[in-house]
Amino acid sequence: MKKEALVTYLRTKRVPLILCGILLIAGTLVLAFAWSAGLIGGRITTRTFLKDTPKTYPAGYRRAHGKGICFEGTFRASGEAVPYSIASVFAQQKVPVIGRFSLGSPDPYAPDNSTRTASMALMLTADDGEQWRMKLNNEPFFATRDAEGFLKQMEAYKPNPSTGSPDPARVTAFLKEYPEAKKYVKWDATAPWTRSFAGAQYNVINSFILIDKNGKKQAIRWSMRPHAAFTSWSVSQRKQASHDFLFEDLKKRIQKGPLYWDLVITLAEPGDAVNDPSQVWPESRRQIVAGTLEVSHVFDQADGGCRDVNFDPTRVPKGITLSDDPVLRARAGIYAHSHSDRVREIGYGKATDAVVKHQNDNPKNK
Amino acid sequence: MSGKKNRPSAPPTQFNITARILHWLMAAMILAMIFVGLGMMTSLTWRPWLLDLHVPLGIAILLLVIIRFINRLSFPVPKMPVSMSKFQSKAAGTLHWLFYGMMLALPLTGWAQLSAGGFPVKLFPGVNLSPILPQSPLLYALLHDAHRVMAWALFFMVVGHFSAALLHAWVYRDGIFSSITWGRKMTIRSEEPPASAAE
Ligand code: HEM
Ligand code: HEM
Ligand code: HEM
Repeated sequence: MKKEALVTYLRTKRVPLILCGILLIAGTLVLAFAWSAGLIGGRITTRTFLKDTPKTYPAGYRRAHGKGICFEGTFRASGEAVPYSIASVFAQQKVPVIGRFSLGSPDPYAPDNSTRTASMALMLTADDGEQWRMKLNNEPFFATRDAEGFLKQMEAYKPNPSTGSPDPARVTAFLKEYPEAKKYVKWDATAPWTRSFAGAQYNVINSFILIDKNGKKQAIRWSMRPHAAFTSWSVSQRKQASHDFLFEDLKKRIQKGPLYWDLVITLAEPGDAVNDPSQVWPESRRQIVAGTLEVSHVFDQADGGCRDVNFDPTRVPKGITLSDDPVLRARAGIYAHSHSDRVREIGYGKATDAVVKHQNDNPKNK
Repeated sequence: MSGKKNRPSAPPTQFNITARILHWLMAAMILAMIFVGLGMMTSLTWRPWLLDLHVPLGIAILLLVIIRFINRLSFPVPKMPVSMSKFQSKAAGTLHWLFYGMMLALPLTGWAQLSAGGFPVKLFPGVNLSPILPQSPLLYALLHDAHRVMAWALFFMVVGHFSAALLHAWVYRDGIFSSITWGRKMTIRSEEPPASAAE
């Protein structure tokens, strides 16, 4: 009897029940959408890494490494990497290169003595159209094992407004969660600062995989090893250095002649930390010189050339793939946001000194 | 047109088999594409992999929508049921054409934004599509925003379309739903009154 009553009840309420069901399905879809877009749930997304960019950030500049200079050059392959990878850049005689030197500071007007991080970004375009993009730093390793660690590090080292220096308790808590970062802190405190872009070694830090013609995989990292000698400066020399010392030095050197770097590939062995950019591989690993980069000419980034390029290190040619290094994968999305934000500012005419007037795409750029 | 080709004069009760297969195949692909797109813009881990999926899947949609469009224009389609108001059938019809517009515009703006941004349009490793626009910040800005706005709008169109479809399937039972499925034909749409009228 009860059952019958229920059935009758459900019959009369059929339409409202169905409507509820449809609303439920549609609502679930909308929630799934909102979560995937990062609108709800508060999860860390690649946008989170740019959330501290101030509203007043000078339009059109990179959200990090804002101060830089474009260059053109040529990569000449030695052929030594050919047995490991079918990428045509390793076999081609001359590969044209567009690149950029930059300071690690987010501030596009930073004085050159304000940061120890000097960087090189490259885009090699082989004759078959395959591109190899990369961003390299003069740091030998990354501070933390994953990208979330970078956010926590920023948070922990944020100066306390009342004291002007980081809160020691938060730093300790961070180093407890990311003990590997101690290595970075120590390196940062002791390693000499480079005094020239020309003499710095630039490292890829993340790991990649080479694929040979039989499909065999070889995990690697690489560096751009300078032909020019490394030079450093004392703290007092550095403090007195002019605002654009490093960039002026680079321009002067290029006027005298091209600068060179060897592309040195390090081959991992089983057990090496391929998925952890905070761990360096042993010195004894085999290295090959895959070719030499010649940097022949530099020009202002406002002129374009490298300005609108996203040197996204995850855009690799056939014959190279990504490793499961979590920092590498996170960078793909972070760079996409930074790139599209700044190029849209330029496109919509909001950029001022980030672009040169006569080259503007949009007459509204002043 | 129908007279020339000796087709039955009564409109069909179902979309033809090509339309039905393409509808459901593409519905799955498009929903997947929307979530792949969102994932690309947020995930710390999956962006490279999702982008490698987004481009070939999106280009497949571009090819399929062309076939679907030709098929749609070449064969008669079921009429809206008489129980539906003029306004409703007009709205449904407009929405369907808007869907075609979106299914065409999204892959094209996607391809064009990669071109205008100076990126390779990687279909598979070693296989790149040629750019369809020159590199330009203004074009990139417009296309990037257009792709995003349209993709988000498409999602809400799909949710609306999907809810309306279920309403027709479960409440009105007027044959609209079965016109795009394989299920047994509940009624011959546009002829019999909808089942829901009895309630
Ligand atoms: C999770 C950690 C990281 C974050 C949040 C981050 C963030 C950024 C951002 C927002 C930019 C500006 C990109 C653009 O607008 O095109 C940038 C540029 C750069 N990053 Fe990172 N980065 C990270 C890790 C690394 C690592 C591990 C390296 C090491 C190789 C690196 C090297 C560079 C270089 C060389 C540039 C300048 C690129 C250019 O000249 O276009 N970054 N970074
Ligand atoms: C995800 C993307 C979707 C798109 C772009 C889409 C698009 C369309 C289009 C253009 C039509 C008109 C018929 C044609 O020309 O092929 C149609 C019909 C239809 N769709 Fe979808 N659809 C989608 C998903 C769905 C879903 C998930 C459902 C069901 C739950 C659904 C149910 C229907 C029904 C019942 C019809 C027949 C409508 C009528 O005859 O007026 N669709 N759809
Ligand atoms: C029906 C087809 C497509 C749908 C539904 C779709 C959907 C989406 C969605 C939802 C996003 C994320 C937008 C955001 O939240 O910012 C997106 C981004 C993107 N789509 Fe598509 N897409 C389609 C086709 C394509 C095609 C064919 C291409 C390229 C050939 C493409 C290239 C892109 C790119 C490059 C982005 C990321 C932009 C960035 O990183 O800044 N899309 N798409």
